[in-house]
Amino acid sequence: MPKTLGMKCRECGEEYPLAPIHVCELCFGPLEVMLNWEEVSKKVSRKSIEAGPPSMWRYHDLIPVEGPPTVGLNVGFTPLVKATNLGKLLGLNNLYIKNDAVNHPTLSFKDRVVATALTKAREFGYDTVACASTGNLANSVAAHAAEGGFKSYIFIPFDLEQGKILGTLVYGTNLISVNGNYDEVNRMCAEAGGKYGWAFVNINLRPFYGDGSKTFGYEIAEQLGWRAPHHVVVPCAGGSLVSKIYKGFNELDRLGLLDGGVPTKMYAAQALGCSPITTAIKNKAEIFKPQKPNTIARSIAIGNPADGHVAIDTVRKSGGWAEDVTDEELIDGIKLLASTEGIFTETAGGVTVAVARKLAAQGRFEKDEIVVLAITGNGLKTQEAVAEHLGKPVLIQPNLTSLEQALNTERLLQSV
Amino acid sequence: MAVNVLIPTPLRKYTNDQEMVSAEAGNIASMVTDLERQFPGIGARITDEQGEVRRFVNVYVNEEDIRFLQGKDTELTDGDNISIVPAIAGG
Repeated sequence: MPKTLGMKCRECGEEYPLAPIHVCELCFGPLEVMLNWEEVSKKVSRKSIEAGPPSMWRYHDLIPVEGPPTVGLNVGFTPLVKATNLGKLLGLNNLYIKNDAVNHPTLSFKDRVVATALTKAREFGYDTVACASTGNLANSVAAHAAEGGFKSYIFIPFDLEQGKILGTLVYGTNLISVNGNYDEVNRMCAEAGGKYGWAFVNINLRPFYGDGSKTFGYEIAEQLGWRAPHHVVVPCAGGSLVSKIYKGFNELDRLGLLDGGVPTKMYAAQALGCSPITTAIKNKAEIFKPQKPNTIARSIAIGNPADGHVAIDTVRKSGGWAEDVTDEELIDGIKLLASTEGIFTETAGGVTVAVARKLAAQGRFEKDEIVVLAITGNGLKTQEAVAEHLGKPVLIQPNLTSLEQALNTERLLQSV
Repeated sequence: MAVNVLIPTPLRKYTNDQEMVSAEAGNIASMVTDLERQFPGIGARITDEQGEVRRFVNVYVNEEDIRFLQGKDTELTDGDNISIVPAIAGG
């Protein structure tokens, strides 16, 4: 029996056979892959998972591909770090960082979705892959295409951070820089989508791609000793991750693998300069209004989020909330995580930390409850964001007099 | 007013696989009406029972999202290019 049975529209329930398609023909709602739960529940146990490799593929039975993984075999199973110092500052005794800033190989959670999408692309028989990206997805598709021997085409907005451009080109790909913002890149790619016979990971492979994110949730629960946390704060761009983490917890619960069910409240974090999802949640609006992004948090600057409705529904259903922060607050968030926990995250992570601080100040977390922050990307890729906010190294001559002088004039001894 | 409408893949079975069609319309709402007249069945895919554009459908007039314009009342002029695009995922 196959593991994946077909696809189903999240909006209207219409079913389709398994294919590289992503929207419902009736209502344009997003399609999701249907797993064969009868088969899956016979196979999966805590033991079977714990016996698997130290990567996201320990959950292979729950990932919507048929055969074994062929691309990205070492992705995932990133550290869940107990953040004692940051927790103390926020008044929380059980604060954790799920640290995908050190995901293998391209230092963001996107490696999870790409490993899934490219394994599926090969099963569908594609030899060329593509994506529209705000940067992290570009890095990951280029790297995995190189590893898997695919040709690749990658579309980005022209004004991305240098680190994200270099970190794409280095793998040898066709990088196309579009004179527009991400939403414009996205629209153009959707129009081009079917034209060239490519596996567009976030268009025609989206249902498979999206479910790669479930592993972020599985890992949190397993690393907490098979329990779902009370609260998870997640940065939102297209809006998929927050719902997939929640889906991950609920699937483990459905299989009877969790102690204490899923008490989890999900929280959406966005930058104020691009906040269609958090604005809709805070205003209790039925639908979100697209925005024209204006923030340094470029990796999450999506003004017209494809899964915005799903994200809003998930946050509401779980009893969570949403907050947004200014660019100054997100820079402080990056510095705060670095100076308390020794973890250097990118702008989206700064948003998550700053939003968590706001939510904590609003009294949304009990001090002993388990709170997890989803840190999804690495700070070395967005150095421009903090470059002007960190001071400079103290320059001295290679002798003790110069050192002594510097320590005195810069008052460095007092701070040691 | 004759406008050009780019039809997305999931709707091309209504337009005999034509990627680009022409419609006579003064605004987005009447464009949908004219498309339905030419290609029966297509209208209900784009708008709901209340005539509102479905929440997973994006409509652009000359590359601008109609939610930044006047929505379904957005006026059209001769030769405008309209795109109908399903929402796509991000990252």
